[in-house]
Amino acid sequence: MTSGFSQSDMSLIRVRDLSVRFAGTPPVHAVNSVSFDLAPGEVLGILGESGSGKSVTLKTLLRLLPERKATITGTVEIDGQDVLSLTGRGLADHRGGIVSMIFQDPSLALDPVYTIGQQIAESVIRHEGASKQDAMARALEMLELVRIPSAKQRLENYPHEMSGGMRQRAMIALALACRPKLLLADEPTTALDATVQIQILLLLRELQQEMGMGVIFVTHDIGVAVEVSDRLAVMYAGSFVETGSVKDVIRDARHPYSKGLLAANLVGAVPGTRLDAVPGAPPPLNALPEGCAFAPRCAVAEDLCLVSPVPLWSDGENRWARCVHAKREAARKDRMGAGN
Amino acid sequence: MSTPILSAHSLVKHFNAGGFGAARKVVRAVDDVSFELAPGETLGVVGESGCGKSTTARLLVQLLKPDSGSVRYEGKVVGPELPLKAFRSKVQMVFQDSFASLNPRMTMIDAVAFGPTVHGVSQSDAIRKAQDLLDRVGLDPARFGGRYAHELSGGQRQRVNIARALAFDPQVIVLDEAVSALDKSVEAQVLNLLMDLRRERGLTYVFISHDLNVVRHISDRVMVMYLGEVAEIGPAESLYGAPCHPYTEALLAAMPSLDPDQRTMEAPLAGDPPNPIDPPSGCRFHTRCARAFGPCSTQIPPSYTVGRSHVAACHLNSVKEHVA
Ligand SMILES: Nc1ncnc2c1ncn2[C@@H]1O[C@H](COP(=O)(O)OP(=O)(O)OP(=O)(O)O)[C@@H](O)[C@H]1O
Ligand SMILES: Nc1ncnc2c1ncn2[C@@H]1O[C@H](COP(=O)(O)OP(=O)(O)OP(=O)(O)O)[C@@H](O)[C@H]1O
Ligand SMILES: [Mg+2]
Ligand SMILES: [Mg+2]
Repeated sequence: MTSGFSQSDMSLIRVRDLSVRFAGTPPVHAVNSVSFDLAPGEVLGILGESGSGKSVTLKTLLRLLPERKATITGTVEIDGQDVLSLTGRGLADHRGGIVSMIFQDPSLALDPVYTIGQQIAESVIRHEGASKQDAMARALEMLELVRIPSAKQRLENYPHEMSGGMRQRAMIALALACRPKLLLADEPTTALDATVQIQILLLLRELQQEMGMGVIFVTHDIGVAVEVSDRLAVMYAGSFVETGSVKDVIRDARHPYSKGLLAANLVGAVPGTRLDAVPGAPPPLNALPEGCAFAPRCAVAEDLCLVSPVPLWSDGENRWARCVHAKREAARKDRMGAGN
Repeated sequence: MSTPILSAHSLVKHFNAGGFGAARKVVRAVDDVSFELAPGETLGVVGESGCGKSTTARLLVQLLKPDSGSVRYEGKVVGPELPLKAFRSKVQMVFQDSFASLNPRMTMIDAVAFGPTVHGVSQSDAIRKAQDLLDRVGLDPARFGGRYAHELSGGQRQRVNIARALAFDPQVIVLDEAVSALDKSVEAQVLNLLMDLRRERGLTYVFISHDLNVVRHISDRVMVMYLGEVAEIGPAESLYGAPCHPYTEALLAAMPSLDPDQRTMEAPLAGDPPNPIDPPSGCRFHTRCARAFGPCSTQIPPSYTVGRSHVAACHLNSVKEHVA
């Protein structure tokens, strides 16, 4: 259990006022004042608009952004380390040692010219200084852990010799080989069919619990987010607009963008009929409005929303939303609850 | 059915997987696949990762040459009876890999305007058309037109690809995982756009996706593939309502739960698909099928008609037919 902002001593991740700008004409304000915590062993699912900064946020945590083009401000602490100031050896230990990332496309993580065994062993040698023999033994153990059949033979396989689902599992094995405290997953099952996807999700859920690892899982699939997450966050135009437990957000979202996103879910729609999409398009990321970035598209926006900074509503524990209406809605629901 | 606008006839494509002579190995990516598309119809295609959906799509749009079999457009065999150039202007494809299909040195507006200029439209008209199309896929041309592919998010790139295919004014569009990179709201916008265009211009779609909800929503008929073959094909409603192939059943049962209190506890289908280099004998699904019986390991199942324009390649249907 974690809170939105307090309790930071025991957090695995502590992000405060994180902003990322890409140089260019015009510049892109990809992430804007994002703050959140993640407890050790907690799984945070991130849903959100395409282009809202989900991948950029994950890449920042791993320090994968091009240094020359991206300006990062704010603080990012992972496992007590100030991530933004890491260099050299410290950065190398951070990447793959403390934090690992898996992607939609395994070719971003797997090198086509080395066997799966070589790649896992190499990572174990680099991060733990293990002997070659021990590292290979770990590689085998990892392939068994992710349930790749005939793991021993598969150690000798090159990535292209495996099926899509197996490559995805090999990438997970590589990412987990050094027992990271944090796994960043950027749509890792989007390219898989439903039968393989559910296998991978169940596997991740099990390994996460076994290893007590924190996970951030980015997906567009609401069902996938429900299957893996403890807590959900919704991103819009570079900001977190809402977070709460999976149940709270899925059943009773408080931000109008989250509501719109969840309503656009196809489940239950009559085939062939027009779908409810949030009308309009997101604002340009170089010229965000003074007030709420969603206000220009919001059906319940008031004059106030466009100009003044958005107040944060929180239930004092686990959930919050950046919307004036969230506060009123909460008060109304409390009254109704008290009346029952 | 009136003359199909597009049809596949016993398409076969095997890829070389190393080895020579007797030791030569081939990946049986597509093995005897046939189907027809009526004008204005949308055919959804689903199936396991690696079962040959993208290869089928590439054969269909003539980006790959089949080992055998043919594609017909309005009844004419493409190649001998219908020149490739004429075919290309009618049938467009949106690729699964949004990055690889965009030229890294072209701005997005030029990428979309490219098609019309190739077809003799003036530069200024092509740009205007490109702006209009970017707008329709929800990307402000003033903001995104001047960007390069690496400066867009995955979902933004995929929408540029859809605009680019539309710029050719095709009759048929083959969409390979065209919406899987989009958030649900933008996905809904793009699906609405595709449904509008289908109504306005009578477009025909082949819609490949892993998202079974999306496929159900947009498709008139659905084709389920397994290891290079068609397992089942039929109207979306009857296929989802009463699947007649155990693989289709497993696929539908594997859809993630939307209820946090009812998470999935067990995968309906265990293990990995067999190697397409050496597919199982008889029914290719028998090694993983919970209901395999006598003939499954030795006899290739024929296509049983299980309903109106609904066929399934599973021996269980022979039993059902006897029972019925
Ligand atoms: N290297 C870059 N240079 C300039 N802009 C960039 C760069 N990388 C990303 N962006 C922009 O930053 C914003 C956030 O991108 P990001 O990839 O984080 O989106 P996302 O939320 O992951 O979207 P999707 O769901 O489509 O993957 C987008 O508007 C994108 O166009
Ligand atoms: N150019 C190629 N050379 C060798 N093998 C190939 C080639 N293209 C595809 N294959 C193989 O053919 C099979 C079918 O691949 P295809 O890309 O058509 O599958 P798919 O159904 O689209 O999968 P996914 O759902 O993962 O996109 C796979 O085993 C694949 O590895
Ligand atoms: Mg992304
Ligand atoms: Mg494919």
